[in-house]
Amino acid sequence: MIDFKNAAELLELCDTNRWTISRVMRQRECDLGETGNEQIQSRMSRVLEIMKDSALSPLKSPVTSMGGLIGGQAEKLNTLYEEGKSICGDVLSTGITYAMAVLEVNASMGIIVAAPTAGSAGVVPGVILSLQKHRHISDEKIIDSLFNAGAIGYLAMRNATVAGAVGGCQAEVGVAAAMAASAAVELMDGTPRQSLDAASTVLMNMLGLVCDPVGGLVEYPCQNRNAAGVSGALVAAEIALAGIRQWIPFDQMLSATYQVGRRIPYELRETALGGCAVTAFGCGFCGKK
Amino acid sequence: MSFISVFDVLGPSMVGPSSSHTAGACAIAYLAQKMKSGNLKKVEFTLYGSFAKTYHGHGTDRALLGGIMGFATDDIRIRDSRQIARERGLDFEFIPDTAETDVHPNTVDIRMISDDGSEMTVRGESLGGGKMRITQIDHVNVDFTGDYNAVIVTQRDRPGVAAHITRVLSEHGVNIAFMRIFRESKGEKAYTIVESDNLLPDDIKQQLLDNPNVEDVMIVHNQ
Repeated sequence: MIDFKNAAELLELCDTNRWTISRVMRQRECDLGETGNEQIQSRMSRVLEIMKDSALSPLKSPVTSMGGLIGGQAEKLNTLYEEGKSICGDVLSTGITYAMAVLEVNASMGIIVAAPTAGSAGVVPGVILSLQKHRHISDEKIIDSLFNAGAIGYLAMRNATVAGAVGGCQAEVGVAAAMAASAAVELMDGTPRQSLDAASTVLMNMLGLVCDPVGGLVEYPCQNRNAAGVSGALVAAEIALAGIRQWIPFDQMLSATYQVGRRIPYELRETALGGCAVTAFGCGFCGKK
Repeated sequence: MSFISVFDVLGPSMVGPSSSHTAGACAIAYLAQKMKSGNLKKVEFTLYGSFAKTYHGHGTDRALLGGIMGFATDDIRIRDSRQIARERGLDFEFIPDTAETDVHPNTVDIRMISDDGSEMTVRGESLGGGKMRITQIDHVNVDFTGDYNAVIVTQRDRPGVAAHITRVLSEHGVNIAFMRIFRESKGEKAYTIVESDNLLPDDIKQQLLDNPNVEDVMIVHNQ
């Protein structure tokens, strides 16, 4: 029976068996979920299919959100890129385009995969689908990387939180970016330790990020922050892949994130009573509704 | 601690924009309609807390209505559920209640009326990440998540009913995972909720109804 309660145990399972993080997570799902590999493979294929649809469709057919705050951003980014005017480079540029696209789909009542939440659903597909496009990675390997991302998200759900109302945006986009960074490292053939270091780096860099949606809607600044999550994930993965070690391991960084989250004031935890939500624009938007 | 699946992390697959305000709301209504017999003619949704304040911008209304028509959280018809409900002749109403504050922030009461005139009110709470639970059936406090296959027995609070239920289930080889009894007050209406990993055969319903103190039996499968 394969199971782990923290990243240290996960790493030990990887080292002892010479397995990737995704393989450990896959085995854990089979063992504890009492299901077969074929069944979980087909469920994960469906997850990937929805991720692809939601990352790609707004590039051609933009939609306006229900709150009216977002819509059309992915198309604009794609145009900039296709005209050769992007300053971010291929992987980052496509990554933020996809991430913002997913949030457009989400905010217009399209179908997305919460990863780990709906408000942070753009980061994981943004990173892995951009790498797939520019590094020509097979669907099979991309599906593996989703199990890797799932391992990080599971640890966050188990040992901390992924709810903005409890831990702020660092718990949503922060965790999503940690998942994406870890998955990106595995996709680029990094080691399990490098994956966990990358996830730790992301949490460090996003520590304290508040959840302050204008009008209480999952639109703005959520969409921008999903793009920022992609860049944070790629930065952390790059640092890890260069062989740079982190002093603070993932378990400790996750605990720090949770402790900080609990100390974020109520007004800045998804209540729309602080931050962006109470800027002159934010208040004006609510007044109009 | 219950098992956290990789599909709890990368999931639910859902119509946006919010796992608590859209997917969770849909899941509550979906479970509620499974608990009600007969064709639904009218539904009233009373919304509390954050649901009452932001239901429109989160599509909570459309998600609830979709769920009540049996749409799953990733069914794109949720978007047009108001239109679809009208076409199906289902009457619906949304009542925001901002005065009541002594409830979980994302709470809804769903009053369902079938064409045979029978009525049932179910209260649900959306807990985040698409998770939810049913906390009241006809104003009796219960706790039910729909994660397992379940038998919900409406009964009078009299001796021997629990024994009757376990005997019938045991005769059908049903293994009980959890069993709880919730009652309004001593000797009045009560609910027994039995949860099981097994599929529950339909004929247990009639056998359970053979006991004169059993008023109604609902079988709710988790898929």
